[in-house]
Amino acid sequence: MFSSAQFDWSLGGPLGGPSLLETAAAVNAKVNAPNEPFIWFLQTFITLFVIMNVVLLTMAYQTWAERKVIAFCQLRYGPKRTGPSGLLQPIADAVKMLTKEFIVPQEADRFVFFIAPLLGFVPAVAAFAIVPWGDANTEGLFGDWIRPVVANLNIGILYMLALSSVGVYGIVMAGYSSGNKYSMLGSLRSSAQVVSYELTLGLSLMGVLIQAGSLNLNDIVLQQKATIWYFIPQFVGFVCYFVSGIAETNRNPFDLPEAESELVAGFHLEYSGMSFGLFYLAEYINMNAIAVVAATLFFGGWAAPASFLEFIPGPLWLFAKFAFFLFLYYWIRSTLPRFRYDQLMGLVWKVIFPIVLANLVITAVVKIVGIQLGWWA
Amino acid sequence: MPLEAFNLAYLSVVIFTIVIAVAGASLLVLGILFRPSKPSAMKSIPYESGVPPVGRARERYSVRFYIIAMLFVLFDIEAVFLYPWAINFDGFVRRGDGVFILVEMLIFIFILLLGYAYAWKKGALDWVS
Repeated sequence: MFSSAQFDWSLGGPLGGPSLLETAAAVNAKVNAPNEPFIWFLQTFITLFVIMNVVLLTMAYQTWAERKVIAFCQLRYGPKRTGPSGLLQPIADAVKMLTKEFIVPQEADRFVFFIAPLLGFVPAVAAFAIVPWGDANTEGLFGDWIRPVVANLNIGILYMLALSSVGVYGIVMAGYSSGNKYSMLGSLRSSAQVVSYELTLGLSLMGVLIQAGSLNLNDIVLQQKATIWYFIPQFVGFVCYFVSGIAETNRNPFDLPEAESELVAGFHLEYSGMSFGLFYLAEYINMNAIAVVAATLFFGGWAAPASFLEFIPGPLWLFAKFAFFLFLYYWIRSTLPRFRYDQLMGLVWKVIFPIVLANLVITAVVKIVGIQLGWWA
Repeated sequence: MPLEAFNLAYLSVVIFTIVIAVAGASLLVLGILFRPSKPSAMKSIPYESGVPPVGRARERYSVRFYIIAMLFVLFDIEAVFLYPWAINFDGFVRRGDGVFILVEMLIFIFILLLGYAYAWKKGALDWVS
């Protein structure tokens, strides 16, 4: 059992515990203290290079996996011509996107039009900086040359939520700058949807925060390892988080911004070639970020489900849980029809929002009662 | 100095973001080497189901989007206040101040719910009236 003093790395100070800076410094000093600044930079670069490649490769093969899973759900084969079982399909797609012409529509605001895909892409990948692939308090692979996490931020969850807010700018700018009615409508719908679900996305994590008492993802994993995976006590929060996450990333059944039958493709209608490719990447990477954070916060992250399974390294556990959530995404996509827009907005404001608030209060009450009666330390 | 080690995590985030931005921008620019560029007047007309576009794209749009944006700002600020509360909740409970801090937050949530009920009653949450 971990005592709370050990993990109360929050705003600390006035509550008697060590202050935020002291604890953070103590933890970082153990692993990240730069004896040689140059070595530190090199290690950081190698770590982030590895993690960036993992993110991009997962994204590429995820498109393949999605097409395969949905094909099997619909009794089709899916991609099978490019390489064995269509395994080279993502590479073919990438080559296609790189070699397609970049068309700027005449009404476009050219600078904004060019910059918008980047604003969608960068925050999507940046969210992976905080995800721990192993215990961030220990040394990484090959004598710390590949660290388990790029940045063991103490405000991990806030950082993740902030990035998902920034992602909206790419959508709004793309829709506005295209000078196309469909794009405009798509981006308006999308931004309204994304900001609404962002609210419940943040609030649904509140139960986890009350239980863990930390915003640091590595601490939350350690707490879960010591006690119980949070999807059991926080099942309502988990369901609300995942539903909000699906809506936040504009995936089925909440893919109204891209409703093919009414808006053609929504905000990225006028994009072609690699600019479109970046939106495509961003959508999938956002989805990955939601999945990987769900795995970390509710399913124990890199921790093994039982102690006798700990010989399997942490990254593999996280990856397995992550893959499970991606499968859930495909499964939902191939099962459910699209919502109507009023149903979509009604769902978040009238159903999920009261539920997450109630979840927050009930978690707090149960925690007080539990500690008073000594159910947990 | 302890602050240095603390800031390193943020420095890593900044480096990570810059590297991603450079990678993304180079993907965009790299295509110039491979892609054709034959702009024409017909090609650059905004797509509108194959017919010449009617009117302008940047028309007025429904006020409901503004209402949603305002509601979002209100409730998101509330969520921001809840984060430090949730984080420090554990410490307060262990010192025996659990009921006090819970009641404080219940008052806050109650005031918020008044606004929420008002918005619901006024139909701000209904997309189709």
